Amino acid sequence: MSIDLKTIKHISKLSRISVDEKRAKKLADDLNSIFDFIEKLNKLKTDNVEPLTSVAETTLKLRPDEVKSKNIREQIVKNSPQDNEDYFVVPKVIE
Amino acid sequence: MTDITKQSLTELVENIKNKKISSTDITKAFIERSEKSKELNAYITEDFTSALNKAKKFDQKPNLDLKLPGIPIAVKDLFCTKDVKTTAGSKILNNFVPTYESTVTENIWKEGAILLGKLNCDEFAMGSSNETSYFGNVQNPIDKDLVPGGSSGGSASAVAGQLTPITIGTDTGGSIRQPASFTGTVGLKPTYGSCSRYGIVAFASSLDQAGPMAQNVKDCALLQEVISTYDSKDSTSIDFRRNQYSKELSNNIKGKKIGIPKEYRVDGMPKEIEDLWQKGIQYVKDCGAETIDISLPHTSYALPTYYIVAPAEASSNLARYDGVKYGFRAKGENLIDMYEKTRSEGFGAEVQRRIMIGTYVLSSGYYDAYYLKAQKVRKLIKSDFDEAYKKVDAILTPSTPSSAFKIGEKTNDPVSMYLNDIFTVPVNLAGLPGISIPAGHDSKGYPLGLQIIGKAFDEQNILNIAFAMEEKINFKNNITDWWIK
Repeated sequence: MSIDLKTIKHISKLSRISVDEKRAKKLADDLNSIFDFIEKLNKLKTDNVEPLTSVAETTLKLRPDEVKSKNIREQIVKNSPQDNEDYFVVPKVIE
Repeated sequence: MTDITKQSLTELVENIKNKKISSTDITKAFIERSEKSKELNAYITEDFTSALNKAKKFDQKPNLDLKLPGIPIAVKDLFCTKDVKTTAGSKILNNFVPTYESTVTENIWKEGAILLGKLNCDEFAMGSSNETSYFGNVQNPIDKDLVPGGSSGGSASAVAGQLTPITIGTDTGGSIRQPASFTGTVGLKPTYGSCSRYGIVAFASSLDQAGPMAQNVKDCALLQEVISTYDSKDSTSIDFRRNQYSKELSNNIKGKKIGIPKEYRVDGMPKEIEDLWQKGIQYVKDCGAETIDISLPHTSYALPTYYIVAPAEASSNLARYDGVKYGFRAKGENLIDMYEKTRSEGFGAEVQRRIMIGTYVLSSGYYDAYYLKAQKVRKLIKSDFDEAYKKVDAILTPSTPSSAFKIGEKTNDPVSMYLNDIFTVPVNLAGLPGISIPAGHDSKGYPLGLQIIGKAFDEQNILNIAFAMEEKINFKNNITDWWIK
């Protein structure tokens, strides 16, 4: 299989990373060489194999649903890239 | 007394407990050496002033019952440290100052350790040479312009160069063991679920583990004892009986059965690596252990599986970097444009490549062919180990297929860079513990490592085997201080 520029554009859109024409070409080359390497897996028959989703063979623990962090609004917004008081600010979405 | 920075962690702890030396003395010594070692570029963030203050405070009222009393330690910059910048080696987190502490680092401060600074690493731990870091290459103390390995390259360089007595790294596909092998140091990747992932910048959540990187096996065991705790804040943390790894450390491995997997004899592996492996086999036999030839038939499928699973998880984990809640934000014409420019300018080439691989294998129409397929093969890889462990107690392999390479040598070919992790990746996929110990040198004088892989939760056993082998190998790291003018 081969990843063409159209596919790169599609993945770029899905992953929300803008890619210009020049980089798209390089990315296609890189991804093709990586996928050539990955294709090796197709040699294996896996029809009756259960997929492994986690190596930790334990069931998730339950805990009481309690609020443990109180009044940490300041901490939460502290690293936000645009100054504000109580919320995250994004570019205008609705005119 | 020998030069402070030349002492092992165990010696430093002993000397502090016997009041032969103060925390301030030790902290000063490591700061001074770190200051003289800027050329290694091991640090991203130095926290020296604060470290010295904490050391002085410790000395005023020393608690000598702690396991790391007043010991300064620099850690990989992937661990969130409260009020100290945490970048994950990325531009996108260049201004991120966590408001909370990772469990693993919290554990070492609780035992008396003091933060020296944050160490360089590949961006989001994606790399095998530390060359993907936004903060530049790290030099290997072994030789100029040699990579220290990756992704915990700054950590490996700092331990080998004696800028910190010990450190913590993280390992998703070999990021502790490969740099340990490249720098002549000891690195342990614990069992998945042994060390909490809380507060560690996530790469691939089903594979990531934190672990110690040290000058010797005993130091490594001591740090593992401190960082490995059950943590309710990590839903995959496992509540099992943890050993007192350093106290229970023993070089008696008589009667242990050690598996030698034939599939690790890969095409094109240098003869030096094969010779080293044979030497290792002899060493464990000399210690009274028995070696048994075993087969791990799906070994060659591990890397392709990893390069589906890890990028898929990464693409999901890294979706949070959108320029809204924290981190770098680029200017955009609208919200979507802001997202796309932020991620395009904020992430480096390798991270973008992996996000795109991951997005692709998870995208509609390709999920079954790639991601589901990889999960099935992952099951086969794990079953290989389960089968082998019916016959053996541990497995011995080389750590890497080559010694350290020159900076720039492999940057243009992602696949050849990925091949570095061929012997370490299967261990992460199966969630097992693995340790790399320095075992010899190649013809260039560069260190080579051997890896011991254990059963899940059997860290004590592989530490013991490593400890017994270490005595026989008697490895001496050849550090000439070439970078100190």
